[in-house]
Amino acid sequence: MPIKSYLVHPSEGKKAKLTQQLSIMEHCEVLPAENEEVLILVTETNSKQEEEILKEKLEQISDIKLMAMVSGFDTPKNA
Amino acid sequence: MYQSVHTNRRDFIKKMAMLSAMTAAASMFPGIIFAKEQEEGIPAGANLDWKKAPCRFCGVGCGVLIGTENGKAIAVKGDPKSPVNKGLCCVKGYHSIMAMYGKDRLTKPLVKKNGRYVQTSMKEALDLVASKMQETIKDHGKDAVSIYGSGQWTIPDGYVASKLFKGCIGTNNVEANARLCMATAVTGFLTSFGLDEPMGCYEDIDHADTFVLWGNNMAEMHPVLFSRLLDQRLKRGVKIIDFATRTTRTSMAADKSIIFNPQTDLAVANAICYEIINNGWMNKAFVEEHCNFSKGLTKMGYGLEDNYKFTDKPESISFGDYKAFLEDYTPEKVSKLTGVSVKDIKYLAAHFGDPNKKVMSFWCMGMNQHSRGTWINNLVYNIHLLTGKISSPGNSPFSLTGQPSACGTVREVGTLTHKLPHGVVMNKEHREFAAKIWDVPVENIPSKPTYHTVEMFRALDRGDIRFMWIQVTNPMVTMPKLKRYRDGAKKEGRFIVVSDIYPTPTTDIADVILPSAMWVEREGMYGNSERRTQYFEQMVEPPGEAMSDTLQLIEVAKRMGFEKQFYYKDETHIEEIYTEYRRHHDNKKHNMAPLEVLKSQSGAMWPYVDGKETKWRFNAKYDPACSNGKDFHFYGKKDGKAIIWQRPYEPAAEEPDTEYPYWLGTGRVVEHWHTGSMTRRIPVLHQAMPHAYVELHPDDAKRLQIRTGDKVKLTTRRGEITLPASVNERGVPAPMQVFVPFFDENMLINDITLDSFCPISKEPDYKKCAVKVEKA
Repeated sequence: MPIKSYLVHPSEGKKAKLTQQLSIMEHCEVLPAENEEVLILVTETNSKQEEEILKEKLEQISDIKLMAMVSGFDTPKNA
Repeated sequence: MYQSVHTNRRDFIKKMAMLSAMTAAASMFPGIIFAKEQEEGIPAGANLDWKKAPCRFCGVGCGVLIGTENGKAIAVKGDPKSPVNKGLCCVKGYHSIMAMYGKDRLTKPLVKKNGRYVQTSMKEALDLVASKMQETIKDHGKDAVSIYGSGQWTIPDGYVASKLFKGCIGTNNVEANARLCMATAVTGFLTSFGLDEPMGCYEDIDHADTFVLWGNNMAEMHPVLFSRLLDQRLKRGVKIIDFATRTTRTSMAADKSIIFNPQTDLAVANAICYEIINNGWMNKAFVEEHCNFSKGLTKMGYGLEDNYKFTDKPESISFGDYKAFLEDYTPEKVSKLTGVSVKDIKYLAAHFGDPNKKVMSFWCMGMNQHSRGTWINNLVYNIHLLTGKISSPGNSPFSLTGQPSACGTVREVGTLTHKLPHGVVMNKEHREFAAKIWDVPVENIPSKPTYHTVEMFRALDRGDIRFMWIQVTNPMVTMPKLKRYRDGAKKEGRFIVVSDIYPTPTTDIADVILPSAMWVEREGMYGNSERRTQYFEQMVEPPGEAMSDTLQLIEVAKRMGFEKQFYYKDETHIEEIYTEYRRHHDNKKHNMAPLEVLKSQSGAMWPYVDGKETKWRFNAKYDPACSNGKDFHFYGKKDGKAIIWQRPYEPAAEEPDTEYPYWLGTGRVVEHWHTGSMTRRIPVLHQAMPHAYVELHPDDAKRLQIRTGDKVKLTTRRGEITLPASVNERGVPAPMQVFVPFFDENMLINDITLDSFCPISKEPDYKKCAVKVEKA
């Protein structure tokens, strides 16, 4: 049950669109900064395999300039 | 069995992940705002008055802004102007104000009459405290009364406590719970450098290339600082090495996790020194110019017996002697004892030895709660001294603290039996200096220390101490080998006063319970781990008759006839006390910033000289107290040189055997702050971690047929306790070791721990005793 948090740097002028796009994606919770061009993304998936699939989807989003993982917890399902 | 709880814990982990990212973002973009998260819970249209304060919880000293409305604190957020946390907090900080509003807050004094607590007025309660103290002194002498305070005391609290007991009453029976967590750091600093507290500051994090965490689960205990490390890894690719006895969230986040057998960090540290010298990595010029070599006594014992005494006898040795001593600590020899591979020992040493790498060491309870704690502190300083990686940006051995003012109050004000605000009671000049400022005859201050904490509670048990006033701490959860001290405190002829904000196992032993004003319900200052003193004003009224610990002490002092010394006016007493306190440190080595400076900014680091704080002590480039004309001046020692200590490996007081085959270590969790008396009253934190547990290694659990949630019986020579198991969850101990957090007053792990301590610091070793583990 991986839970991960990322700092996501959007491409120039794409913060609002990217926020919208991430917020409707399954397993994603997004928190945009009010005054800087950066978003926080928290992902919660059910397995490492699902996590990999989500990562691939995220990598295909062209409005993401850079995405850096900050913390990752791979917790048991009941933890 | 614990499913519903775990669901909440999962939400909690998500929140932690979010907060880690927010903290990292704040390091990259100071002043960044995440309005949704930070202002969650603030009523729409609220017209809040935001004021700054240091956080109430750990020793990191994050700056927070507290929003008040209609006399109540209703919101909290990180202070973007604080250089400590740059706008963010950990999960405890974000919920800190809720600790003031628990349903069972103590609001009226309670006095025990015929076995029942009866409400009384504060005036009557304080009258009783003063008269009981006077009666005890008359019947049993001055040394029969004592005060036991805390690293949560504000600076004024600790200052007036010391002045009353040492200066006015004339007993050195003053101790504080920092003896249980920080005393070893103090003796480490004093023996190596002659002066207490870190030479560097948090800004070192922005310069270091490698971080070595010595038995320090920073990800859970100091999450904001740990996020600063993670941020540096994102920005600069720094390395984080976790060197510990247990796999934790810190290990998982680190670049390298190295597990060692309990107590053997002593041997590994010596092996690193061996490698540094034998690979030619020693900074010869630095060592020759700025260091001496010494050795002390060995086989000191462990303080298990009453009235144990130990005084070290330092003896100078040559570099050759030291080098020969290290021959016993080759990586090959050490590897067998420690369980650390030769390759990993060399890996650690190479990071310190690389002249192009700046290295920061962090530690906290793993090294301090250690039966040879002063030694391991010395050994880590040895590594930094041998390589000259000290007192300069990014090169920094850094001892972290766990309470908001362990440094500011206990270490700087000096609320320990041997200490004075400036210097020690054993020194005549120091006594004269304190007596002059306190306006008491110098003869009042005894020249001999009395009891350190463990011995103070032993004295209470024996009857040598008859009166104890406990303020803002919870020893009936935290004392090792707790049952003896709980039974002792309940004996006939003892009178216990407890000042606190909630009922605890410690108020259970009280004859008088005084309700205290908490944090921003009064005015005060805390001092954090990086020598930063921070001021907070009173923002809300305390509930009922609750009164600050400072005022409680002043009121009792006046009742005992010390009106002249406790001349402070109600409206200005904090300013008057702080101004008086500053006189004790009026020199370039320790000058404290004026109150107006503390009010105008997020604190200031001492020594504060000519309007500037000092970031790196002992370095002539940054520290105006350096006066030897050289680049570095370790002016705590008479000849200006730091000491590299020859300290061997010695085993722990009690090690596993056939009857008790496992190691037991205790510690903390991220959700709760220490004994949980505040955080367990914050619903989200309590729900996330509602009770203690015992962590086992999966192989041990499998062999014992124990699964998560099963009941496990732990038995030591002191007693037994049953807890639910935790297998392969948050933390994973090494095989044949178990770990139990101590926050849960319903599962008192300290009933079965051992009261062995470091003979030099007198700080107990909570990390090591022998235990039997069975499925219950």
